[in-house]
Amino acid sequence: MHPLSVVELEQRLDQVLELDLVRLSPEQAAQALAPFSREQQERALHWSQIAAQAHVQIGQQISIHAALALPLMSDEVMGRWVYHALDLYDRKGLFPAIEAVKSVERYAAEAEARARGVGFDETVGMLSHFLQGLSGRHLQIEEGESLWTDSEKVFLPSFVGHFEQRDDNFQLYKAQLVTLWAENWYGTWRLVQGEPVQTRISQWLSVRADKVRDLAFLQRLELIRIDVVLKRVFPGIFRQRNRLLQMVGTPLIPSGWEYAVAALSDLQASLETSLLWLDRLDGEAPARLCYQEIWQIEAVDSAARARSEKERGSFQYLLWKMADELQLTEQEQQQAKFEWHQKENGEQQESVAEVELLLEDQPVAPPEIMNALTRSIIQDFGELPPEYLHPVGDAQFDPERLARNAQDVWGGTYHEEGAFLYDEWDGSRLNYRKGWAVLREMEAKLGDGNFVEETIHKYQRLVGHLRKSFEALRSADLLLKRQENGDSLDVDAVVDAMADHQQGQEMSDRLYLQNRRHNRSIAVMLMVDMSGSTKGWINDAERESLVLLCEALEALDDRYAIYGFSGWTRKRCEVFPIKRFTEPYNETVKQKIAGIESQDYTRMGVAIRHLTALLNGAEARTRLLITLSDGKPDDSDDYKGEYAIEDTRMALLEARRTGVHPFCITIDQEGQEYLSHMYGPAGYTVVDAVEKLPFKVADIYRRLTL
Amino acid sequence: MNQQVSKQQIEEIWIEEEPYYEAVGEEIVLFESAYNNKLPLLLKGPTGCGKTRFMEHMAWRLKRPLITVSCHDDLTASDLVGRYLIVGGETRWIDGPLARAVRSGGICYLDEIVEARKDTMVVIHPLADDRRVLPMEKVGEQLQAAPEFSMVVSYNPGYQSVLKELKQSTRQRFVAIEFNYPSADLEKRIIVRETGVDAQSAQNLVKFAEMTRNLKGSGLDEGASTRLLVHAAKLMVSGISPITACSAGIGQALTDDPDMVAAVQELSAALF
Repeated sequence: MHPLSVVELEQRLDQVLELDLVRLSPEQAAQALAPFSREQQERALHWSQIAAQAHVQIGQQISIHAALALPLMSDEVMGRWVYHALDLYDRKGLFPAIEAVKSVERYAAEAEARARGVGFDETVGMLSHFLQGLSGRHLQIEEGESLWTDSEKVFLPSFVGHFEQRDDNFQLYKAQLVTLWAENWYGTWRLVQGEPVQTRISQWLSVRADKVRDLAFLQRLELIRIDVVLKRVFPGIFRQRNRLLQMVGTPLIPSGWEYAVAALSDLQASLETSLLWLDRLDGEAPARLCYQEIWQIEAVDSAARARSEKERGSFQYLLWKMADELQLTEQEQQQAKFEWHQKENGEQQESVAEVELLLEDQPVAPPEIMNALTRSIIQDFGELPPEYLHPVGDAQFDPERLARNAQDVWGGTYHEEGAFLYDEWDGSRLNYRKGWAVLREMEAKLGDGNFVEETIHKYQRLVGHLRKSFEALRSADLLLKRQENGDSLDVDAVVDAMADHQQGQEMSDRLYLQNRRHNRSIAVMLMVDMSGSTKGWINDAERESLVLLCEALEALDDRYAIYGFSGWTRKRCEVFPIKRFTEPYNETVKQKIAGIESQDYTRMGVAIRHLTALLNGAEARTRLLITLSDGKPDDSDDYKGEYAIEDTRMALLEARRTGVHPFCITIDQEGQEYLSHMYGPAGYTVVDAVEKLPFKVADIYRRLTL
Repeated sequence: MNQQVSKQQIEEIWIEEEPYYEAVGEEIVLFESAYNNKLPLLLKGPTGCGKTRFMEHMAWRLKRPLITVSCHDDLTASDLVGRYLIVGGETRWIDGPLARAVRSGGICYLDEIVEARKDTMVVIHPLADDRRVLPMEKVGEQLQAAPEFSMVVSYNPGYQSVLKELKQSTRQRFVAIEFNYPSADLEKRIIVRETGVDAQSAQNLVKFAEMTRNLKGSGLDEGASTRLLVHAAKLMVSGISPITACSAGIGQALTDDPDMVAAVQELSAALF
């Protein structure tokens, strides 16, 4: 095959990138790619096309920079480079993605290091367990540009490839994490009371002249102090860190620091010891160590300020609640004198002491949530500050309430508060788009409660029939005859056995009756399509089917939940809880069923992922996810056709992996082709006429769970 | 029928030698006075914190045989009370473990009572209140318990499943003793005493257990129990390296999640 000429390349690029629609020119890329072989040109076109499916500009940039990439990268590395950019686009937007494309040379240079290095994604799961096991306030691990902490989150670089061996790189990564943890736990970030609350370090720093020098010295003193503690408490970690330093060749202790080290080795040594010794040292500022972080003192200050305000409020609120439970009068409550003292705890050498809370000199037993809070406060201040000990009944600091808010904010990274984020499968990239779909649980609307009564009246005979057939499914005692074990003798079997015995034949040992309770233990999630296309009689049929199914299900012990779903682009996916697992079938639920309305589009994957997670929270042996739908998954953005079907199929595969059985009931007559691809050949049923839906749904359910 | 008996895991023992038990609180005194007052007992606590060992110790102390039944989903009332067997062409009644304990005045310990089928409560209830009788429906008899008889059930509230809750009508018949993991010092003493491992390793193991207990609820269902620590210490005493011992004796026993196994491994590597 001959290489493509500039003109041919321009045509092909136009074709794969659809550049003319956005008025971008393929000329630059075509010029750059012309000297390459045909095979290399095809590779560049291939990856440009994949990137262009996410965003045409990324595709264009890939086509331009491919000329740089081709000589530097193998096809595999090139793929990773493209996906890296697309991941950035999914998470952070267009600009960072294009930057990543442009830094192709750096990526190629790092590629080799990446191969033997340790990355954030592959280790974060394990490291967060490790971190939680260590002790202290829960620290959230996140990926960052550099290594630092704000005392609530720890940021790790996206990968470490410093050493030749993978394992050494992992040890370094871990050592970096341990540094951040240890600074938090062993008191480097101690806070001081005052207006405003700040770290001891920033209070001290404000009066220093040579800040750069002082910080470099202080940081090294603190690292030495931490190492001394680690040697005592975690000899394993200490050894690993030491080995790393030896490999790099930087000693932890600069020459001439011996006296300082002796002072820091004292059991009572603290941040103050380091501050004290700082002025007695001279010489050059020590060089950075491989596991040393970059201090962000302002970030720690601001996180600590917000946290201490919240924790103080919560602590005082919990004191107030405790006083309230002791049934003190209001006046007594205001005068209630809480105190604390340190618990004796043997040989333990922990940085955060266990304390006991006293009210009028009597020990009181605080709730578990308060213990965690107390530990966090002591971790910050080294004590329970006296101003914390007055009960204040300000319910806005109720920790349960705060916890819920915090969760919401956390779940809504990227400023999507209170929302759940789900990955979406991109079939063309064979990769997930991270945190792509944003889903919220919305309050379902109430409708006319009479709808249910009318439906029952309309299908009176069917309801009676359904109830009967469902009752037959109910958990029932089964009497099993001729069993090896059982509660009582099976007289028939005994007589037969005796007769056999008399005739000289072998006696059967199956002589017992066994009572076995046939236990259904089923949880079912009904996922109802509320897309715009269901408007009118399909919606009516759906609602009627739900009423009939609920009426029938009430005859069984099966746990069931009903959720509607709809959406409009990836930023606005919604589910509407009609009936949660824990709710009984009551008037509100009936009104909510009546209130189901057609809304927007059908972004199915994210709804399946969310409802599967809910379904897995229900206690049952068998879990069913039943979708009531009228057509293909479809959304107003690029969630269409093959992409939508592949994502839905992947969501269903994920559900199956967790042990959920998905099933689809649809009225789409053309559903056969895509449904069997998504749900498998036996995983769906097509109801051939809308008006039959109410007759069918309950019956299908009965047969599914028989 | 051998299979039947082994399935029920019934043991009846006279305990001759004192089983080692370190009291955490007042449980020994409590047990004794409940026993003297003919009150049944409910032991609550996580797995491996010493409930079974405590029972052996008390049986030895009170000089009574101990009959232990490990309850499971298929355990029925007849498994406890007894059944007719065919022997040489005739039917013959054979007492179940509970009936034997009632007759002989032993201590019957029903381990993990919530696992048993609901119909077993029918026989447990009349035994657990002041009637102290065992209804034996199939032989048409009400068996009056011997004065020395005592019933103890155990239950792990940590399972947190609606299906495995003890009903109020059941739990309100018992004197309840709560067990928890022993304090760090005590746990260390127990490990040393049970395995002969050196004090420093025992201390590290206790610290390690604490770290796994930090993970409870966020990846682990339970932290390492005292029993697992004893296992690891035994492995260490027989020459296995501490990190391998922690991994095989504790980490792998706690979870199958590869991330979690790796994290637990790193935690043990941090200590030894």
